[in-house]
Amino acid sequence: MTLSSSALRRNLPQCGALIAVLLANWLLFPDFFSIRVQDGRLFGSLIDVMNRGAPVALLAIGMTMVIATRGVDLSVGAVMAISGAIAATMTQAGWSLPPVLLVSLGAGLLCGLWNGVLVAVLRIQPIIATLILMVAGRGIAQLITEGQIVTFVSPGLAAIGSGAVLTVPTPVVLTAATLAVTALLVRATALGLMIESVGVNRLSSAYAGVNTPVILIAVYVWCGLCAAVAGLIVTADIRGADANNAGLWLELDAILAVVVGGTSLLGGRFGLLMSIVGAAIIQAMNTGILLSGFKPEFNLIVKAAVLMVVLLAQSPALSLLLPRPRSPANALPIAAKVTSNAPGKAHKEGSAQ
Amino acid sequence: MTNPHAPPLLAIRGLSKAFLGVQALDGVDFTLRHGEIHALLGENGAGKSTLIKTLTGVYQRDGGTIALNGAEIAPRSVEDAQRLNIGTVYQEVNLLPNLSVAENLFLGRQPMRFGLVDRAAMRRRARAILDGYGLSIDVAAPLQRFSVATQQIVAIARAVDMSAKVLILDEPTASLDAQEVAVLFDVMRGLKARGIGIVFVTHFLDQVYAVCDRITVLRNGRLVGERRTADLPRLDLVAMMLGRELEAAAHRLAQPTEVDESAPPLLRFQGVGKARSVAPFDLDIRPGEVVGLAGLLGSGRTETARLAFGVDRADSGTITVDGAPVALRGPREAIRLGFGYCPEDRKKEGIVGELSVRENIILALQARQGWLNPIPRRRQEEIADRFIRLLDIRTPDAERPIQLLSGGNQQKALLARWLATEPRFLILDEPTRGIDVGAHAEIIRLIERLCADGMALLVVSSELEEIVAYSRRVVVLRDRHHVAALTGEDVCVERIVAAIASESSPPVAEARP
Amino acid sequence: MSMTWLKSAFAATAVVALCAGVSPAQAAGGKLVVGFSQIGSESGWRAAETKTAKAEAEKRGIELKISDAQQKQENQIKAVRSFVAQGVDAIFIAPVVATGWDAVLKEAKEAKIPVVLLDRQIDTKDNSLYMTAVTSDTVHEGRVAGEWLAKKTGGKCPVVELQGTVGSSPAINRKKGFDEVVAKNPGMKIIRTQSGDFTRAKGKEVMESFIKAENGGKGICAVYAHNDDMAVGAIQAIKEAGLKPGTDILVVSIDAVPDIFKAMAEGEANATVELTPNMAGPAYDALIEMKKSGKVPPKWIQTESALFTPDTAKAEYERRKDAY
Repeated sequence: MTLSSSALRRNLPQCGALIAVLLANWLLFPDFFSIRVQDGRLFGSLIDVMNRGAPVALLAIGMTMVIATRGVDLSVGAVMAISGAIAATMTQAGWSLPPVLLVSLGAGLLCGLWNGVLVAVLRIQPIIATLILMVAGRGIAQLITEGQIVTFVSPGLAAIGSGAVLTVPTPVVLTAATLAVTALLVRATALGLMIESVGVNRLSSAYAGVNTPVILIAVYVWCGLCAAVAGLIVTADIRGADANNAGLWLELDAILAVVVGGTSLLGGRFGLLMSIVGAAIIQAMNTGILLSGFKPEFNLIVKAAVLMVVLLAQSPALSLLLPRPRSPANALPIAAKVTSNAPGKAHKEGSAQ
Repeated sequence: MTNPHAPPLLAIRGLSKAFLGVQALDGVDFTLRHGEIHALLGENGAGKSTLIKTLTGVYQRDGGTIALNGAEIAPRSVEDAQRLNIGTVYQEVNLLPNLSVAENLFLGRQPMRFGLVDRAAMRRRARAILDGYGLSIDVAAPLQRFSVATQQIVAIARAVDMSAKVLILDEPTASLDAQEVAVLFDVMRGLKARGIGIVFVTHFLDQVYAVCDRITVLRNGRLVGERRTADLPRLDLVAMMLGRELEAAAHRLAQPTEVDESAPPLLRFQGVGKARSVAPFDLDIRPGEVVGLAGLLGSGRTETARLAFGVDRADSGTITVDGAPVALRGPREAIRLGFGYCPEDRKKEGIVGELSVRENIILALQARQGWLNPIPRRRQEEIADRFIRLLDIRTPDAERPIQLLSGGNQQKALLARWLATEPRFLILDEPTRGIDVGAHAEIIRLIERLCADGMALLVVSSELEEIVAYSRRVVVLRDRHHVAALTGEDVCVERIVAAIASESSPPVAEARP
Repeated sequence: MSMTWLKSAFAATAVVALCAGVSPAQAAGGKLVVGFSQIGSESGWRAAETKTAKAEAEKRGIELKISDAQQKQENQIKAVRSFVAQGVDAIFIAPVVATGWDAVLKEAKEAKIPVVLLDRQIDTKDNSLYMTAVTSDTVHEGRVAGEWLAKKTGGKCPVVELQGTVGSSPAINRKKGFDEVVAKNPGMKIIRTQSGDFTRAKGKEVMESFIKAENGGKGICAVYAHNDDMAVGAIQAIKEAGLKPGTDILVVSIDAVPDIFKAMAEGEANATVELTPNMAGPAYDALIEMKKSGKVPPKWIQTESALFTPDTAKAEYERRKDAY
């Protein structure tokens, strides 16, 4: 994540959109930015945006890397339900916090491993491979909870959802920590390069010696782990596991956050921080709608309209209308020259035969 | 047989077609007579595909005329061409595998009775048609149950039954074994006797001489010539295809470095092969030696390169490196052994387009070191800058996405990727294809330099002068067999062309004169 | 495997019945046999409905055969056909969708087996295809909740409303019933209304924003939630805002699931209107009555929308926690 001028320029639409949505919220509700401390915990609408946006932001962190490999994980919502169901059921059965967390996160890891093996080893298209767990996962969660909302009494587990670390809500802290660990893992090692390389061209990467199956499995496992953390937060927050509704459709919000953040569904370059910005835009909008007093029938329309503006701002067709400091077009004449000479033509036609 | 004054079955005159300013066909003539099997030959990019697609209505021509029995035609679509009695059968049979043989034969034109498909009549007629091809199979069984050869004959029967007068067979033999080819040839001869004109596209010269009456050769979108098969020696045919004036053939440009023949080879292939890809071959490669792989398209040269890097896994033979047998399970294994590979299709299998030149250069080195051991950014930049200077890669900076570079500079960056891993053995498949003249010469110089530094290289190229220039030894391939190994004085264009054109498949040793 | 077992069991019963020359149902010692095609077990309430149906049948000496349709109408139709073939005395259906029942219900009618719809109505032109429907009146539920609140606050109360899923019929009806009461009390006003999707998580999130939007919750007298789950979420939001649910902000909701009784027992909720899971009980009674005296029940049996308050919460919780 270099802060070169081109990176800033690329991220301008997202950051601009976030600021615009926050300002709109402020106009609709003047106390939007006011924050106070309530029972040792920060309290205010802006905190709500971060706190409520945490699950989608967590999903977006894992999803960013899956999408960077030209994949997608539709099962994250179901994995949230599974990890939440396990946490609540085990807590209710009297287990202490450490084994509860271990087993819940382990379940997320296993789910990711399952997806990863389907995609990397059995070479099933990601959208189909993860669809299996998306459908089956919620069923598994319902089996664990026996179709009920399993409630629990455990101050430890509840703190993950509604506690605070130095007045900052725990979900926000967990998300920040996950972001930091993930960023360290991909940018301080060569993992990021390999993820991008596999996403751009799996075949070329494999021929260059990149262990593509392992990279693919790793990103799905990490995505499952992020989903499990998100599931724990949601379950801890309402002090109960709702297998039917926990994480329902959140996979779509997560994909949206990643796309709004500027990572292409075609794989390749990814930006973790920008995906978080994408998640923040979505949640700021949700919170804004709730504060605005609009009729609930308008929720989806308002959301769709704002997203359309953000995505249009990123459209390459539209960005051509804006002046650029360094146009990549100056490379085109060279390329054109090559394809017009004889061997270039031969190559071109050869691939058509 | 036919009236010589009657117009030919098919007469193409001055056919032209360009794509985005690239002239794929440039004033090509082609004549097909009644009851004739006519081979259409040419290397990659010669224009065969474009010619056929223009004829069958897939493309619309820019200029020229096509006349069928003297009447000018302009097919607008494949269906249109079919109505004009031009039928086509491709290498990949494009029928519906889960329907029955009879249904495939009559798809879209089923015999009807009382508004319903008359299945009994359809089967009866299907059996009658296939009997004419000496094929007695259960016509009610799904097509996918039968071999590719049978499927191909069904496809031919369908095309002919739709009253085809011109039958185009586009590489029908590419996935058939020898026996199946023989059956197919019988069918073709039968059709010829019925007065049908057949255009036969193939890469296998033996097959051309086995079944064809005439040969038309294209090269770079232009007509090279039309000859009767009986009048055209193989050598001349290969020369026509490769575009060499044999008298003026180039000799070796530089004397390759001396190689100690007694030294144990770095790499030894013994009986290594893969079914339907390349026949088992023996090959030794020593340090400081360039081995060239020559042959026509589809001869097994690329397949040999892929086996050597473990991209495809051999199903027979042993590979020894430094005297120790190795199991070449895949590219990662090959890279660990110090191999490198620049594939033929640079865009699909070589570069990682969206990533920068720097990232592309360090990718293989980084992959070998493992993800936990990242190359520091500064070191990456040093490596990239060094190779950009060394190989003169023309890019404004190392951070430019590699896809924005020209073909030659992409190729140099790929070479840099492997050189950064300090390999012992480098496999280059068509390293100079699609590259402008300047970069072309630089890459050849680089190959010679690497060889002088003691690296072993295996280079595939369809540019014979180029191969002659840098190879100490040239292995010639034909019809998926290694048919000759040329060394010393024999490494010259004439010998290579002769070996490509040779008729039988003699053991490698006998190919040396 | 269970199907083949069922079939052979049925075949055996049939043989015995033929020999005895009586109908299979009567062969079971004069016991009434009821087949119940249940939607599935998608919610706690649904599971409770099944559990109660079993308990109520046992109480009355009725033999109950339950078939779980796993949310699929085709499974329900299959189950009804199988019940007809078995010659049960009555068929209960909790229909998963409203349309597409005519054909199979005709088969039941021709076999002279009365059909009772539980919990949901169906769309049909021919009302004679079913004997009666036992459902709650969701508009009435909203009305009961509103009337309690009006009485409790003397008709003066700014209310925030947590709606169910936008467009769902319970959300529309529960809003309608409550709005009727608001219209009659000029001092009552719905100051904010938003959808909480019937879930705890969404109920909590929406309540959080309501509290912030209404001056830290100072402007809110009560929250009316279309189901208890949203109310439970809202209670947590109120607590986290430093207010006392049930005191600073009154909480009234609908459904009467165990968790809301727990909250009431702790003084954090004030009232809930019961959507009884006991749909089968009134249906059994109507059936027995008809068999005994031939009295045809009305086309719609409305279940009671009882209101519960904290004074009975503890006992109700104990009574219910096992039913759910």
